[in-house]
Amino acid sequence: MADLGSAQIPPVGPEDHVRGQGEEGIVVYTDLGCPRCAADWPRLREPPGRLVFRHFPVAGKHPRSPALHAAAEAAGLQGRFFEMVDSLYAERGRVDDPHLWQRVESLGLDLERFEADRRDPEVQAGVRRDFESGIRAGVAGTPAIFDACTLETERTRVLNTNGSPTGRPEVDN
Amino acid sequence: MIAVGEQAPDFTLRDQDGEKVSLSDYKGRKVLLIFYPGDFSPVCGDQLSIYQEVKPEIVEQGVDLVGISVDSFFAHKAFQEKLGIDTTLLSDFEPKGEVALAYGSYLDAPLGFANRTLVLVDEEGKVAWTYESPNPGEFPGANVIFDALS
Repeated sequence: MADLGSAQIPPVGPEDHVRGQGEEGIVVYTDLGCPRCAADWPRLREPPGRLVFRHFPVAGKHPRSPALHAAAEAAGLQGRFFEMVDSLYAERGRVDDPHLWQRVESLGLDLERFEADRRDPEVQAGVRRDFESGIRAGVAGTPAIFDACTLETERTRVLNTNGSPTGRPEVDN
Repeated sequence: MIAVGEQAPDFTLRDQDGEKVSLSDYKGRKVLLIFYPGDFSPVCGDQLSIYQEVKPEIVEQGVDLVGISVDSFFAHKAFQEKLGIDTTLLSDFEPKGEVALAYGSYLDAPLGFANRTLVLVDEEGKVAWTYESPNPGEFPGANVIFDALS
């Protein structure tokens, strides 16, 4: 069973999806089915420095989210992760499978490979790993934003300084 | 706020289906009481949705989850369906907030609802752990539950 007790978010690693350059920037735990995340995405998508994307699908609230996160990962395996994310947030009303296939076509991706990849247990496990790391860091709503250098929000920094478990990070909504 | 080690006050409330549920029904198992301000507020929805995502891991540790607010059981049913959750929701409706008051979670007028409070009751019905939010607008991530259970 996964350890879901309190911990800082994992440092940025090779499995992360990163847009932009440099050490500074933000790590965002976000839900592709979440309207608040979609509303904030134009502001978050190209911050000063780099953007590190972490999956945080809340399936109970947004039943389509797990499928959308798997689709983004599958697009990422063909080098178009952020293009898929941008498109999903831009057109929230078009997220059924035929709409995903249209995106695959417009992005010039291999549909057969996309279909296999998005159902791959490894892809789904990667999404879950991100989700669990967010839970451990106290993510309690999306989008949850952390400093890419310190891996903390203002709130978790205060709590950690006090020696307390991490609580609710800054939720920007 | 009720203190760790005290006997948890027993209660009988109606769940989202109108069925009576007592704390004593859970004797022999641990139960996490999740007091929250009200159905359909954005933060409450987030809290219960996030807990639902890790509910299998919580249940695996022998802990049942029970939400409690001052809403009617009809509202609880609609709220549960809206969130797509199966966590039991109990209606602390009449006398309003009586159970929250007994646990020291009730916020008096003009608020008139429970603060966001977690109370872990052990197999013997004693309070094993508590968490009280600094204000109703903040809620603990699921990590604090796992910290409490470790």
